[in-house]
Amino acid sequence: MHIKVMGPGCPKCTEAEKLIKAAVAETGVAATVEKVTDFQEIAKHGVFSTPAVVIDGQIKCVGKVPTKAEVVAWLH
Amino acid sequence: MERSELANAPCPCGNDNTPNAVVAQPWSFLQALLGIAGLAAWFVVYRQLEPMATYLTYGLFGLTAGSRLGGAVQFFLYDSPKVMMLLTLVVFGVGIIRSFFTPEKTRAILAGKSEAVGNVLAACLGIVTPFCSCSAVPLFIGFVTAGVPLGVTFSFLISAPMVNEVALVLLYGLLGWRVAALYLGTGLLVAIFAGWVIGRLGMERHVELWVRQMLASGAGMPEERLSWADRIERGKGAVREIVAKVWPYVIAGIAIGAFIHGYVPEGFMARIMGKSVWWSVPVAVLIGVPMYSNAAGIVPVIHALLEKGAALGTVLAFMMSVIALSLPELVILRKVLMPRLIAVFVGVVAAGILLVGYLFNTML
Repeated sequence: MHIKVMGPGCPKCTEAEKLIKAAVAETGVAATVEKVTDFQEIAKHGVFSTPAVVIDGQIKCVGKVPTKAEVVAWLH
Repeated sequence: MERSELANAPCPCGNDNTPNAVVAQPWSFLQALLGIAGLAAWFVVYRQLEPMATYLTYGLFGLTAGSRLGGAVQFFLYDSPKVMMLLTLVVFGVGIIRSFFTPEKTRAILAGKSEAVGNVLAACLGIVTPFCSCSAVPLFIGFVTAGVPLGVTFSFLISAPMVNEVALVLLYGLLGWRVAALYLGTGLLVAIFAGWVIGRLGMERHVELWVRQMLASGAGMPEERLSWADRIERGKGAVREIVAKVWPYVIAGIAIGAFIHGYVPEGFMARIMGKSVWWSVPVAVLIGVPMYSNAAGIVPVIHALLEKGAALGTVLAFMMSVIALSLPELVILRKVLMPRLIAVFVGVVAAGILLVGYLFNTML
């Protein structure tokens, strides 16, 4: 599983990244977490409000920090 | 990823399949009743704030009425809870309103619009669409690639940070509804005017090439279905997030305001920020453009400046230039805009703000 957290590096994006890393560690799911800060790369995914979460190419969430329960649900 | 696949992807943010949505129960009669009772209690407490502050200052603390320290303490004790209460209520309401708008929806509304109508709509949607200044660049790309005209996109980008609920609440709470309405109206006018001018100048080729070559990418997320309980949760979330973020600014701003209220002599500001000082508006804008503060920090300060004789136009121009234009935002916009377009953007917005400042100083 490959998780991309997209955002230029504002506090909310960092928060989203931290939360997802914690959820991955907690559930023990084999997943890599990548932070995408490049605007061109973000735009290619059709995302235009950040933070956004993309898991294996599928957009899961845009424009907000997801809740931990949501992240855990995506991981399973 | 194919567009169709994206559109068919189930939405995981707050729809019925997620644990998050399951928690939110249907809006029951009892909860509605509790809500109304809470609102009533809010009003009762709000009405008691001024007598309470007066009692604490001059009764309990025994400060002399009319003294400098007394004035400053009373100001602080009255304004801090008043502003925090107003902020909580309005941020909650706006949080609910915003659950009806998303950047995706706003983009869809603006994509088919002609310029003049588009500028007006974009400026108005800027108030209600959830927007975080760090999202400015992705949003710019999303709008432009979807065929929203450049000038219309700018109207949105100017209005979204400048005309916001925090600024309006603080202006209303500290300076009255008239100033809040003036700010709302002229803020929208600046956004509409500046966006329209940028559109007329035909500066599309000053957008970075890679943005222009980018194809419109589809709506990443299908629309969310939200129940009223979900929307109320959004409102509560907005309160937690915004109030937690701005309260230190509000308190610091009010403390500075209280100091100026108590200690700076009457009419002191009239000499440097008064109506008769013609250069005060451009100087206020020049100082305000590179500065960055949110509305929460700046309003209590301008409240105190006004009280000491600064002219309303000068003060509003200062506030607008601080909130609407900032150095960090310009640096980040450079990723998608060429220097000339950035210069035009700053120039046109600053000119609009100058006009507002002079207009008020002459008319009021």
